[in-house]
Amino acid sequence: MIVRLVQRIAILLASLVVSSVLVFAFMAVLPGDPARVVLGTSASDAAVAQLRGEFGLDRPLVDQYLSWVHGLVTFDPGNSYISHTPIGPQIADRLQVTLWLVGTGMVVACILAFPLGILMAVRHRRPSGLILSALSQVGVAVPAFLAGILMITVFAVEFGWLPANGWTPPVEDPVLFLKQLLLPALSLGVVQGAVLTRYVRSAVLDVLREDYLRTARAKGLRPTRALLRHGLRNAAVPVVTVLALQLATLLVGSVVIERVFVIPGLGSLLLDSVSNRDLVVVQDVVVIIAMAVLLVNFLVDMVYLLIDPRLRVGAS
Amino acid sequence: MRHNRRLTRHTRTVAATLACLLLASCSAGSLATGSAGNSRNTLTIGLAAEPANLDFTKTEGAAIPQALLYNVYENLVKLDQSARIRPGLARSWSLSKDRKTYTFQLVKDARFSNGAPFTAEDAKFSIERVTSDWTLVQKSQMDVVDTVRAVSPAELKVTLKRPSNDWLYRMTTRVGAMFSRTGVSKLATEPVGTGPYVVKRWNRGDSITLSRRDGYWGREPHFASVVLKYFKDPTAMNNALLTGTIDVIGAMQTPDSLYRFENNPKYKVIEGTTNGEVVLSLNNGSGPLRNPKARQAVRYAIDHKALVDTCWGGRGKLIGSMVPPTDPWYQNLTNMYPYDRGKARKLLEESGQAGRTLRLRLPTLPYATACGTVVKSQLEQAGFKVKLDQLEFPAAWLTTVFKNADYDMSIIGHVEPRDMQAVFGNKTSYTRYDNPEFRALLKKADQGTQEEQIISLRAAARLLSKDAAADWLFLLPNLMVADKDVTGLPVNNVSESLDLTGLGRS
Repeated sequence: MIVRLVQRIAILLASLVVSSVLVFAFMAVLPGDPARVVLGTSASDAAVAQLRGEFGLDRPLVDQYLSWVHGLVTFDPGNSYISHTPIGPQIADRLQVTLWLVGTGMVVACILAFPLGILMAVRHRRPSGLILSALSQVGVAVPAFLAGILMITVFAVEFGWLPANGWTPPVEDPVLFLKQLLLPALSLGVVQGAVLTRYVRSAVLDVLREDYLRTARAKGLRPTRALLRHGLRNAAVPVVTVLALQLATLLVGSVVIERVFVIPGLGSLLLDSVSNRDLVVVQDVVVIIAMAVLLVNFLVDMVYLLIDPRLRVGAS
Repeated sequence: MRHNRRLTRHTRTVAATLACLLLASCSAGSLATGSAGNSRNTLTIGLAAEPANLDFTKTEGAAIPQALLYNVYENLVKLDQSARIRPGLARSWSLSKDRKTYTFQLVKDARFSNGAPFTAEDAKFSIERVTSDWTLVQKSQMDVVDTVRAVSPAELKVTLKRPSNDWLYRMTTRVGAMFSRTGVSKLATEPVGTGPYVVKRWNRGDSITLSRRDGYWGREPHFASVVLKYFKDPTAMNNALLTGTIDVIGAMQTPDSLYRFENNPKYKVIEGTTNGEVVLSLNNGSGPLRNPKARQAVRYAIDHKALVDTCWGGRGKLIGSMVPPTDPWYQNLTNMYPYDRGKARKLLEESGQAGRTLRLRLPTLPYATACGTVVKSQLEQAGFKVKLDQLEFPAAWLTTVFKNADYDMSIIGHVEPRDMQAVFGNKTSYTRYDNPEFRALLKKADQGTQEEQIISLRAAARLLSKDAAADWLFLLPNLMVADKDVTGLPVNNVSESLDLTGLGRS
């Protein structure tokens, strides 16, 4: 168990280092000079050169990389090129917003996927199961941003039930917060839910065919009860994997959804910073997203060990 | 079984938490209902670009003065809707005979939002600070100032090194903003000015809230607060107005969607002018368009009327040179190169550049991408070969086109006021236009009387057009959409400020 834990932590750290190097390298080869963007259209070359010096852009790349990583590790990511204000608090603010969005999206996805997926599996030969299955296929094919635009058109612009965009912190006005959160969370959640439904369905179907379930039913348990009591735990392993992978998709999906719904989250910050060549901010945000994804994968591995004793035995 | 019990316990915890959350949101909700929504005391305006910070003395960009100038900060002189210079913190002013010394009489009861009174010493401090502390390129507009003297608390004398008409005009822009001697330590987050509003809140990535200030020396604004809400996506901004999240679209980016508001009695559409010349820039310094005949061929080949109809919904004024109609030296120059495809073909043949491909490098901006394809097809119909590249704006476009002049043609809206000098008066600018006669005219205009200024700048604009230094596609219209009852919106966008002081509701 401990060997496995240490192994996983080592992989986690190595992945972090590799992803930070990649992010830094990509930013370094991106065309466009941050100093020129900051100074705008009427700047002289001397002014640009001076600002490049202040930003440290004239130093060797290795130096720049090391001082950036140093800032990250010491929790002092420095100031933004564009706003000259500290990056740390800005990222923290935006991260909160995105976490709300991703979290609610995930909840919506789970609420949809588990009952529907199980229903689809149990009734997989009946018309209701087939119809649900077809519907979920449509859900899989629709990108989240399109779902968002459609929902805005219908529920906000046509019917006027919900705001089309905007964001209010929950402490300020909880009702408005919920109203504004609903459509973006649904657009993220419905699409992710459709994907997840299909995994739940096939996982449950697999379990239904297992010998131990047949045994349970032979002992006199009704099919649903047998499934709930013995089947779901086993079906959970592949579903948890997908759930974790989906978290990454949700994070990426929220970048686009934030733009569609004008939500000041991490995604909007990332897009703005890329076009303004606010390199430090871009690097920090991307590394945070990468870290979140890697961390989730790490946790999934740990959860495996907890739900499936077979893996535990295999490892030690 | 042990596991099962644990599971139930978890389920219970989760259920209890959910119930609490639900309860909390319901009870808090009933409390908050009263305060939510737009009250009639607040006006919310949708805008496109958000400021990076609030310090326009050290940070570039039009968004900061747009929000703060005339609203939070005031100038000695300000521009009115017809771009005429009007009194601000200076009640009146006079100019000496040698046209070098301005004497300003200041208002007496103005105070800064930190409580300090506004005096001639603050004005002196503000003007001198531009050259010493500002890091912006525009600071060079104060280089012409020789001495500033506070004669009394209410009288200020500014002596220039040489006569300059442009200087007084620039005093209406951000470089003329008046700062408090005791209020410049935290400009990026806490601006201190004499204006009718103060910055109350800034939700980064979302909005800036300005609130009315007690004890303002001038006319008290109608709205207790004005929220400037920022939208990167024009469709989202349109939807926000349709669903009542905002009351005004401050700058409409998609004229094609105006139909959604035009026939709706809830809204009104306002169309005014701006300083934004949408220029088809030509590289005068290298490549095929170095040849004057090739440039002239470009100008003849473009059917401006058809172009504006196709790519900007027919909105936008044809101007034919680098001067907007709100400048006193404006003249209609659209007939200098009337659309004539035959003439274009002939000139292109004569220029000897016919076989060469022109690189049309476009920034990723709505008007540029929309009009770029039309320009390409019109030029190709006249025998040009055009290759279209998209460059990400601002970063990639600034480096490739603006700094390195690695392009043959581009399309960009030059929105800065009175920018003929900046774009064409310097041979190292990205247009690489180099004409000593043109520069002499600009110099004469700045130093002469106001009448000489007008005559010289008219001649300069005509020369620029004749040389086909660029092609002027159209002038960006100032398109606003607002709730029917909103009054006092600045119809013409002629200064750096979005002047909120006259707003009201009928």
